[in-house]
Amino acid sequence: MASRNTIVAHVEDRPGVLARVASLFRRRGFNIESLTVGHCEEPGLSRMTIVVDGDDHQVDQVCRQLFKLIDVVSVQDITYVPMVDRELALLKVSATNFNRREVLDVVEVFRADVVDVHSEALIVQVLGDEGKVNAAVEMFEQFGILEMVRTGRVAMVRGTETTKPPAISDSQQAAAAIRAMLGRRPEGALPFASD
Amino acid sequence: MRLTGARILMECLRAEGVEVFFGYPGGVVLPLYNTLGEYPDIKHVLVRHEQAAAHAADGYARVAGRTGVCLATSGPGATNLVTGITTAYMDSVPMVVLTGNVARDLIGRDGFQEADITGITLPITKHNYLLMRASEIAPAVKEAFHIASTGRKGPVLVDIPKDVFIEEAEWDGYPQGVSLRGYPIMDVPREEEVDKAAEIVNSAKKPIIIAGHGVVQSEAQDELVEFAERSDTPVLTTLLGISGMPEDHELSYGFLGMHGHFYANMAADRADVVIGIGMRFDDRAMGRFSDFNPTARIVHIDIDPAEIGKNFKTHAPVNGDVKETLSRLLPQIERNSHPEWRAEIDQIMDQHPTDYIEEGTGLGGPWLVRALAEATEGQSTIVTGVGQHQMWAAQYYPYTKQRQWVTSGGLGTMGYEVPAAMGAQFAQDEPIWSICGDGGFQMTSQELQTVADHNLPVRFAIFNNGFLGMVRQWQELFYEHNYHSVDLGQPDFVKLAEAYGIRGVRVSTRAEAIQIFRDLEGYDGPVVIDFQLEREENVWPMVPAGAALSETIESAEEL
Repeated sequence: MASRNTIVAHVEDRPGVLARVASLFRRRGFNIESLTVGHCEEPGLSRMTIVVDGDDHQVDQVCRQLFKLIDVVSVQDITYVPMVDRELALLKVSATNFNRREVLDVVEVFRADVVDVHSEALIVQVLGDEGKVNAAVEMFEQFGILEMVRTGRVAMVRGTETTKPPAISDSQQAAAAIRAMLGRRPEGALPFASD
Repeated sequence: MRLTGARILMECLRAEGVEVFFGYPGGVVLPLYNTLGEYPDIKHVLVRHEQAAAHAADGYARVAGRTGVCLATSGPGATNLVTGITTAYMDSVPMVVLTGNVARDLIGRDGFQEADITGITLPITKHNYLLMRASEIAPAVKEAFHIASTGRKGPVLVDIPKDVFIEEAEWDGYPQGVSLRGYPIMDVPREEEVDKAAEIVNSAKKPIIIAGHGVVQSEAQDELVEFAERSDTPVLTTLLGISGMPEDHELSYGFLGMHGHFYANMAADRADVVIGIGMRFDDRAMGRFSDFNPTARIVHIDIDPAEIGKNFKTHAPVNGDVKETLSRLLPQIERNSHPEWRAEIDQIMDQHPTDYIEEGTGLGGPWLVRALAEATEGQSTIVTGVGQHQMWAAQYYPYTKQRQWVTSGGLGTMGYEVPAAMGAQFAQDEPIWSICGDGGFQMTSQELQTVADHNLPVRFAIFNNGFLGMVRQWQELFYEHNYHSVDLGQPDFVKLAEAYGIRGVRVSTRAEAIQIFRDLEGYDGPVVIDFQLEREENVWPMVPAGAALSETIESAEEL
């Protein structure tokens, strides 16, 4: 059964990195639900949040294959780690004098923001996890959604733990850190059979 | 000191100790060729097609145990390398591929002979570079050699625009090291993984080792033999693992897979512990995944963490270099003996030997390989193409020395045998035997000119049955004998050789074959031997496509 999984990867901020990652997903037949890239706390690195469909084995392979890319500095599967995940959506909703009040009621319920107003439409900004954004979209559909854009998921682990890549020059230590990052699936999941 | 990009590149190759590289000139690499005369210590071998440059570098790398280097111009020169790069990628062969590209301001504008070779080779290289400044050449070349030759080895491509060869940059010596944060060396395995593997090996009743290319690449034959002897474990190899285990050793039971030995396939299928060492549980080796020995516990040692668990659930994953891992594992392996298990396999071997040699005077593939083995005392380096001749060469030649066996396993590249043998011959003085198919030979025979240029003592033994033999075998067995496009017309190979100024010989009988082997002793030039094989001989045993190893058959009647 397919499920949604969240992977955080730090990559060198170099031309072609996105193509390498995309090429790998295409070649191995992995299914990307969403992929977001942007700056992170360390200059020179970009942070990717990748949501993939797949079973435990496939997601484990995604992480291992991703890590083989030279420009990928770290890969962490945070699906089973307590985390905060957010997505932003902009919805252009049909709204006239006739029903604007109703639309604004829904905006309020979702604690969304109106970021543009026109006599026949509003742009609503919805922020939340995927479920909340889905629910908002569903509610606004009754008024007519003229246009929609969603950012895809960004995520961060809760507490003091970070997904920052190890800043280690010693190769053996780096190897150990990377090995610890890979294989964070629950006990019994592939690739390691219980004995 | 300021040097041009071209000179910086050559200084880098010199610093890497590159003795030979294979290339073909063209417009955008002219600035580089303009400097080659200043570097006579780095031999440039002019091939006749860029595909051959890549295969030659690959063959050289496999025999020398060093990184092979090849060079091509932009556009068609670069794209012609693609088959050779993929061949090396699939078999994890260390290679640095240099290409020229159009000048920087023309990139992306579809200029004459422009190809996006870094884009094209994304999925078939371990890494690649497009260099936009001469100052980037030295660090990139240093990284390229480092990446190609460490970890799971593979090809790395460096693409250099024409004007970057001309641009000057500061040269203050070859970089001492690399700083690659996303590429830690994973040679040393984790202790707990080694402990777990030792525990499973020590408790095994019917263990089997499957040794792959990683054993050869890591040159871990001694460690493998010691591991096998101490634990009394029979050793099988994969197709590419051949020569990793000396086949004259009592624990050697040949190779497994689609055309592996019957007893090897049965041993893998009946073992209670399968120890994969430097191999990747490929479908051609393991048969139908879902029915491969479902009760076996699997120990998997591999340098590439992505290979562990890719195709099979692994009970003891060990991520590390083969030699490094085996030397850490050995002290924990208890002396053991499994006489009943050995006897079980020996009995299968007695009942099902790989001995499909027909009586008579005509030339059959198995007979011919065995005769070659006798004539060369099993000591020659053998390079093959892909098909029936490849399988016979794998089955009937007794390999004992690491790097003695060179073949395109993963990609299965026909035509590999001619340029790979040419390139490999630059790594050793002893004559190399290139066992060729008559189909493959016709794909790359232009390299006979390169062989003639350098008077290389390669022996090209064409296993000539006038058919695309393996395809014909499949059409016979699985497509109701409906032969189509397999009956190959061909030139007169003897005259072809002679046209290149190479000795050509035709051999039709066993007596003639034995005679030519004798005649060639001490002959230090190239030769093409057209062995006229029986036309419709099949390779046995066989695991039909999609079948399990336990369903290995030994004749068409069993289908």
